[in-house]
Amino acid sequence: MATKIKARKKGDATEILVLAQHPMETGQRTDKKTKKKIPAHFIQTMNFSINGKGVAEVSMGSGVSKNPLVGIRVKGAKSGDKIKVSWKDNKGETGGAESAIK
Amino acid sequence: MKRRTFLKGTIASSALAVAAGAGLLRSGQVLAADWPAAAFAAKDLASATKEVLGSDGTDSADIKIKAPLQAENGAVVPVKVETTLADVKSITIMVAKNPTPLATKVDFSGDAEGYYSTRVKMGATSDVIAYVNSGGKIMKASAMVKVTVGGCGG
Repeated sequence: MATKIKARKKGDATEILVLAQHPMETGQRTDKKTKKKIPAHFIQTMNFSINGKGVAEVSMGSGVSKNPLVGIRVKGAKSGDKIKVSWKDNKGETGGAESAIK
Repeated sequence: MKRRTFLKGTIASSALAVAAGAGLLRSGQVLAADWPAAAFAAKDLASATKEVLGSDGTDSADIKIKAPLQAENGAVVPVKVETTLADVKSITIMVAKNPTPLATKVDFSGDAEGYYSTRVKMGATSDVIAYVNSGGKIMKASAMVKVTVGGCGG
């Protein structure tokens, strides 16, 4: 599953946008063919760090839309700074991405 | 341990969340505290805010919520929260009328600013409420979003 990071400078601040491919199933939907409930499967935590230092810890539930798009802003970030995002879902599966600020 | 984590995750979002919420399944306290299961299982705004923030919050004019007046698709409603309040420790987004109101929360450290954006599911027309922990005080603002086609599935 792919996770993408986009970092845009906005004046003194840098906006970091993450798009994580994930079904974010609530566990309430029924599969029309099998008539069984599709089990809950959603990202629970997502951590952001810059140059190895944590800047944000996100908790989410199945109320977040499929393929979560998450945005935060940090100040003082410079070109070349390394952004790392890693997430974990309710099944213990993980994903993430790394990028550098241009 | 893995099985319990899996079950807890499944139970938290099923009808059995009632039992979990009633305190019969308190493994939220036994497991690592990084994901607040009880808060995400809470079925009404009052218990969700109590679980995740410990307070109902005070209205603030210094929190701006950018969300559509009417959601084209209840499954994907973009919400942007911006605040000029000082010392922002966290931002929490709830959808008042959703089966489980708590959608997401972000805890900040370092140079993060008072800003958080994401996309939430909305089952019906509802207030979207943003809570900001500013120096330990919980402040809030809300925006009403109309939904014609609900997005919680099921």
